[in-house]
Amino acid sequence: MAAVLPIPAVQAVRQRTHWSDRIAHVALALVALALVAFLAFPLLAILQQALEGDKGEFVGLRNFISYAQTPALLESLWNSVWVSMAVTLITVPLAFVFAYALARSCMPFKALFRGITLIPLLAPSLLAAISLIYWFGNQGVLKAWLTSMGISQIYGATGVVVAECFAVFPHVLMILVTALSLSDARLYEVADAMGTSARRKFMTITVPGAKYGLISAALVSFTLVITDFGIPKVIGGNFNMLATDIFKLVIGQQDFSRGAVVAILLLTPAVLTFAVDGYISRRQTAMLTARAIPYVPKPSRGYDALMTAFCCLIAFLVLAMLGMAVFASFASFWPYNLTPSLRHYTMGLVDAEVSVGFINSLKMAAGTAFFGTILVFCGAYLLEKTKGANGLRGMVRLLAMLPMAVPGLVLGLGYIFFFNAPSNPLNGLYHTMALLTLCTIVHFYTTGHLTAVTALKALDGEFEAVSASLKVPFYKTFWRVTLPICTPAMVDIARYFFINAMTTISAVVFLYSPDTKVASIAILNLDEAGEIGAAAAMAVLIGLVSTVATLVFMSLAWWVNRRTQAWRK
Amino acid sequence: MTSSDLFLDLRNIRKDFGSFTALRDIHLGIRKGEFVCFLGPSGCGKTTLLRIIAGLDVQTQGEVHQAGRDISTLPPAQRDYGIVFQSYALFPNLTVADNVAYGLVNRKVPKAEAAQRVTELVKLVGLPGSEGKYPAQLSGGQQQRIALARALATSPSLLLLDEPLSALDALERVRLRQEIRALQQNLGVTTIMVTHDQEEAMAVADRIVVMNHGVIEQVGTPHEIYREPASPFVADFVGNVNILPAQVRNGHLCVGDLRLPCEGADRDACIYLRPEDVLARADAATDAHVFEATIEKIEFLGAFCHVHVVSPALAAHKLMVFLSLNFLSEKSLVVGSSLPLRLAPERMRVF
Repeated sequence: MAAVLPIPAVQAVRQRTHWSDRIAHVALALVALALVAFLAFPLLAILQQALEGDKGEFVGLRNFISYAQTPALLESLWNSVWVSMAVTLITVPLAFVFAYALARSCMPFKALFRGITLIPLLAPSLLAAISLIYWFGNQGVLKAWLTSMGISQIYGATGVVVAECFAVFPHVLMILVTALSLSDARLYEVADAMGTSARRKFMTITVPGAKYGLISAALVSFTLVITDFGIPKVIGGNFNMLATDIFKLVIGQQDFSRGAVVAILLLTPAVLTFAVDGYISRRQTAMLTARAIPYVPKPSRGYDALMTAFCCLIAFLVLAMLGMAVFASFASFWPYNLTPSLRHYTMGLVDAEVSVGFINSLKMAAGTAFFGTILVFCGAYLLEKTKGANGLRGMVRLLAMLPMAVPGLVLGLGYIFFFNAPSNPLNGLYHTMALLTLCTIVHFYTTGHLTAVTALKALDGEFEAVSASLKVPFYKTFWRVTLPICTPAMVDIARYFFINAMTTISAVVFLYSPDTKVASIAILNLDEAGEIGAAAAMAVLIGLVSTVATLVFMSLAWWVNRRTQAWRK
Repeated sequence: MTSSDLFLDLRNIRKDFGSFTALRDIHLGIRKGEFVCFLGPSGCGKTTLLRIIAGLDVQTQGEVHQAGRDISTLPPAQRDYGIVFQSYALFPNLTVADNVAYGLVNRKVPKAEAAQRVTELVKLVGLPGSEGKYPAQLSGGQQQRIALARALATSPSLLLLDEPLSALDALERVRLRQEIRALQQNLGVTTIMVTHDQEEAMAVADRIVVMNHGVIEQVGTPHEIYREPASPFVADFVGNVNILPAQVRNGHLCVGDLRLPCEGADRDACIYLRPEDVLARADAATDAHVFEATIEKIEFLGAFCHVHVVSPALAAHKLMVFLSLNFLSEKSLVVGSSLPLRLAPERMRVF
């Protein structure tokens, strides 16, 4: 019998790092540094603030306990939760039917219907709140309807719920349309062959197939509502919610510790959503094989007509909402003199100097689109296509996904805590346009990152191996091959950054100074000052700028496609 | 073969992925100008081994020497090889000419010279005049030819082919493998091709490395691998084989009623016998090991048929034999007919 000798532990062979790989590692380290400085540290600053007392001493959970003992604040928590649930329960079923009509019926004018429901994304979400005030406010056109239903005024929970439904609808709809488009026609054919009833097909094929989309849509809806700031600010009245509390605690009372506690509360549902969403997307990929044959709906007169009627109703409501804001913005003196005039526009742009805000907004949006796209794309490229430095890689991957879980308000608050600290060498950035831009880039980082990753994953994984075998350094292949192939995706990312930078409020509301006030913030201030007409006018203008920007980006995409995608068949 | 004759020398390569060992005890020498195929089922480690030679994966242990140089720890860019992948990996936004010249441009080869080299290579792979086209305008086989031209452009001393034919249709696969072999012999470049197709390996290789579960089962010429498989796995994986359980008793191999001379101690064994080695023309009266068999099933494959037979002489075991269609019709053999068959001891492998 031969004795079994213990195998001596051998050091695993390590490949020498090529100089070109070192360049990639340095670049990745720079991306990591940016994400740490502008995402991780601000978030840690909130945590630190929440655990500290007035004099910066460590107090453990005392701030949380004192929060839990303040009835007014607890009421806000409850308000936020039930409003978010109500909005979710209303929006998700409506959006599901709408998405079902788009994906599974032969309804006419699908593109038009879809386009109309997406318009709200082009303006700040508070536009819906402003419109509601014109419809149902104290001098609203349909105020009588409201009172006849036993609701004394639109300000408060009613207004917030209705306005949030409009604001959240397009987001939920996009998720559900995607979920319902992923279908395998053969499942339905098999079911038909076995003589399955329509109801059973719906319950056993359609709903399970869209299950993850439904969960994801519900979570997104809940998170968007609970973290939204603009709508409760404009139409909430005395109805307090977490998001408005943060603002009051931090800006009004300078109570940073409690502000931080509320921020952490706001972070919880978002982090939960993030975790569940990550879990779902891993499960979802296994659901549908690449060989699935897409479902093609067959015409059915009664059903199609019903679907068209439903979509008309929703589209009508959206247009009524948008139309009222546009109409009111042109009215000379609501509600007494409705002759069109540019009074509110002059008032806003000239008297209230929102024109400066617009210039700031455009600067910020352009900066966000330009630098954000470069950062996001390079980050995604380095993650996906280079190798080595695995510890760093894991960290960047996590940090790139994290912004999805961080509400804008929380991020902005973190920026105050972190960058306003006199000891911070980056303190000079505070109140600058550069910081507003960076904050917006980080706030919307994840969606851009995922778009870039999807585009990069579609490329052959061996391009880098081939380049190395031909002794061509990675950056040359990046420049000659990867970048040209991915330009359409980059235009998409840039457009997404631009539109969101134009309309965002929550991330920048804590960070602006009089010199760097952006247009969306200026609208809030106009509303606070009672100049709701001017606020409406400026919101409409932002919508207009976003629309023009979208068209510009679309033509850019068309041009880029012609220039760089000639090789596609 | 001393180690100084070797162009590529793999010494004691081991590769672990976490607790899973993908490769172990890999010792392999490859001579200059040889065409070697790594053959094995999926998951046997053949692609991992190729990627270790390329430096795209790093071995956990062991050394790789190429042309007398220890390249074990060198990054891919400092090694000397050209590589072709199953997916072609052509740059879709570059023309054929730009793809082929991709490695030349970086070496500061003068433009005119590079252009001339591109023309020469495109012609070499049989696609003259396609320089201005984009990869998407070419068929799969044409794209793989361009990928081959790109890999050869910088005149590497080693050519690595990672299942280059797997994505192609059957006819194209046969045509391209002949072209690759002709090209390789023409240029004399040392070549390693990974494949799971035994026919492909036997058609092109000077030597085949049969792998299974991360170890090398056998290294040999296609003829050796087929005729003298070193292990049951090789016998079973390469070509068709009948496996008959048997016993060795007193210097005889016993299967059913048949007794064949066999050396070695008494034990249970298995006979590995190729269908074409069961001889049907057992006419001579002096022939030994002849037995009568009945046809149970005929699987029609064209010129040849797989004929499944049973025989009382073989007890419960069934046998598949390879008979020509002409032979079957000449003897008017159908299902249920019986015929004499002969076992050839010299063609059997006993494990």
